[in-house]
Amino acid sequence: MKLLYLLPLALLLTACGESDAAPGYSSLLGIDYPTLWFLVVGAVFTGYGILDGFDLGAGAWHLFFRKEESRRIALNAVGPVWDGNEVWLVIGGGTLFAGFPVVYGTLFSAMYVPLMLFLFALIFRAISIEFRGKEPMQWWKNLWDVSYSVSSALLAFLLGVVLGNVLLGMPLDDRLEFSGDWLNFINPFAILVGLTALALFMMHGAIYLTMKTEGRLFAKVNKLLQKSIIAFVLLFAILTLYVLLYIPHLSDGLKENPLLLGVPILAILAIANIPRLVSKRKYLPAFVFSTITVGLLLITAAMELYPVIILDSSGAGNDITVYNGVASNKSLGIMLTFVAIGGPLAIGYTAFVYKTFWGKVRLDEHSY
Amino acid sequence: MFLAYGLLNLEGKSPEMDVEILARLQFAFTISFHYIYPPLSIGLGLLMVIMEGLYLRTGQKVYETMCRFWTRIFALTFGIGVATGIVMEFEFGTNWATYSRYVGDIFGSALAAEGIFAFALESGFLGVLLFGWNRVSSRVHFIATVGVFLGSMFSAIWITVANSWQQTPAGYQIVGEGLDARAEIVDFWAMVFNPSSVDRLTHVWIGAFLAGAFLVLSVHAYYLLRGRYVDLSRKAFKIALMVATVFSLSQLFTGHRSAEYVAEHQPAKLAAMEGHFDASGPADLYLVGWVDKERQTTTGIGIPGGLGFMLEQDFDAPVTGLNAFPEEDRPGQINAVFQFYHLMVAIGMILIGLTLLAVFYWWRGRLFEQRWLLWAFVWAVVLPQMANQFGWYTAEMGRQPWVVYGLLRTSDALSSVVTANQVLFSLIGFTIIYAILLALFIYLLNKKIKHGPYDESDIDDRPLQENIARVAGGQL
Repeated sequence: MKLLYLLPLALLLTACGESDAAPGYSSLLGIDYPTLWFLVVGAVFTGYGILDGFDLGAGAWHLFFRKEESRRIALNAVGPVWDGNEVWLVIGGGTLFAGFPVVYGTLFSAMYVPLMLFLFALIFRAISIEFRGKEPMQWWKNLWDVSYSVSSALLAFLLGVVLGNVLLGMPLDDRLEFSGDWLNFINPFAILVGLTALALFMMHGAIYLTMKTEGRLFAKVNKLLQKSIIAFVLLFAILTLYVLLYIPHLSDGLKENPLLLGVPILAILAIANIPRLVSKRKYLPAFVFSTITVGLLLITAAMELYPVIILDSSGAGNDITVYNGVASNKSLGIMLTFVAIGGPLAIGYTAFVYKTFWGKVRLDEHSY
Repeated sequence: MFLAYGLLNLEGKSPEMDVEILARLQFAFTISFHYIYPPLSIGLGLLMVIMEGLYLRTGQKVYETMCRFWTRIFALTFGIGVATGIVMEFEFGTNWATYSRYVGDIFGSALAAEGIFAFALESGFLGVLLFGWNRVSSRVHFIATVGVFLGSMFSAIWITVANSWQQTPAGYQIVGEGLDARAEIVDFWAMVFNPSSVDRLTHVWIGAFLAGAFLVLSVHAYYLLRGRYVDLSRKAFKIALMVATVFSLSQLFTGHRSAEYVAEHQPAKLAAMEGHFDASGPADLYLVGWVDKERQTTTGIGIPGGLGFMLEQDFDAPVTGLNAFPEEDRPGQINAVFQFYHLMVAIGMILIGLTLLAVFYWWRGRLFEQRWLLWAFVWAVVLPQMANQFGWYTAEMGRQPWVVYGLLRTSDALSSVVTANQVLFSLIGFTIIYAILLALFIYLLNKKIKHGPYDESDIDDRPLQENIARVAGGQL
């Protein structure tokens, strides 16, 4: 009986071998290493979007709460987890750097200004969380409340702007380096993706807050949640139309392979399910579905791009793909081993923390 | 100051030069600021593990109170460490894109390992460590404390390995040519255990333990001088003193080992560290001195031929000097490397002297009567911090003009598309934000120290009658 457990392992081993698609690269279960690493990077950034998504969203709502106690509860709802959630960004950056160094260099130097603003906002947000509760004056608390809320919203928006630029592509030269202007990042599509990301995270964050609050604050959050659902659905619809009408390279891949259309369709179903569950007051399932929504939307984005990661919008065809921007086979093999060992551990710790702090927020002497 | 320097250099230089100077200034500034915090987190982590371990072993509440107090300060250093650490990671891509491409296969894999193994462990258990006191059993809490500490130690492993590979590259091959060249891994373990990894890692770890131990010593010495929390502070001071003594002594050995690897693998750096120009002659070991780069002389007080003796046990042993290298392969700031190195060593000696003196008085049973010594410990908190910074300045400035020793020049490692104005914008931004961050850190640290280890609602270590009165008066 126990031998049965070895079966998947044996299958896995037999499935290893040289890939046909990418000469020089090994494959596992028929998927070559560059593609596997693309999946790993995607999975970590998806994890980041899901986790930091709700605490950024909750932060963006902060100024909508008027009473001091409400603000403290909302802040402490994310208190034990926001720092840990941010670490997923560090891991995501590391996996991108390691696996796709060309993408890392080109994308980050092209997105210099939005990424620097992102870093500034990230630090300001951390400062605000720490500073706010330390002095009793009202002006003091208001100052950090504004800074916390604005930086949370800005972070969500900037994440969307960078993603929007990746989806849109940018001018690249034959060395796969960015050849555009530093203002390239400002364009209608990227701004639309930024706003959509903000609305999505605010919805995601509001659902999280419904699970963490009670009484009048809960009622308030519930009202805000309804509004954010409407805002998100509207923005998402505009974004979808925009892609279908103006950005053919994103929708072409899906048109060619209708099976892949399943993912965006599932995403739309998941989105449709959220207001239904919220109206039935099933908040935990609604949170599960907003999590799934974030995940499926990012998977859709990844599928629309693959195998290209950054499209050359100059038309010269200097696209950065998972094959020409990738680390060596040896390096990918080592890192995939890391992920196989470390990934389950990381998920384990994270689950443990959320289980420990499950339930409504109780303010105590350790609170912010 | 940084800004002024950056602005001065903007005039009359080629645009590439501006970007290089600004990007290097920004990196130096952000990494120096960042490196205040991770060593504190690692060092305090060790102290917290010892304190909580003692609590579990002895069941004495005082150790738990002590550990909780330091956990609150740890939270502060950890938070700033994460925020400023993300900046470092992003900067590789934003400002040093060519470098990122060049080392991605190697540096990137170490960074990915750091993320997957170290940060996930730290962040996973951090929430439980900080907020879980009332939610999990004391045993589970201890596991969380150990987990966070180990995570910070692992983090140091991977980042030091990555930097050591830049000092002494190993286990790689170069693929491609010219601007498209990049290093690829051929032997992972040779890359991890490159010639300088182990010596430098132990040196870094111990530097971090000292940073943490001296913060604990400083705060509790202050309490003792003010007559506050006397019982708790005496216990905490002794714990930290033991850690500080053991590690300031062992730092001598790791330091010596590090110097040996430098002599073998980075002779130009060693020559700069001692201001040794003669291509192959006996080299002096200076206590203090001044290097005149133009005249190629070093004047100071030292042992003639001492460097050869340290390395080969022979005062006449020839040591490779700076003149053995072409001008363009020598570090630019020789006197700075010399000074930072000697300051680091001097501080190391002061730490040994301070801790041994304190241990002597402890042995004589008069430690806490030496008020002057306690005051010295209050201020000594800055010394390990300075030594850590100066040690890194020596290592990084001594490696110049290379970013990867012998393979990639710093001037070739920049992002080709980033302009001086962009870097200036971010440098100004970081200067402002880090000034606020530093003010925040000092303000909060001060507040936490003033607040002390006990909560308002605790029975604390004031006289028994007072505590009874507080209970009777309904204050507790």
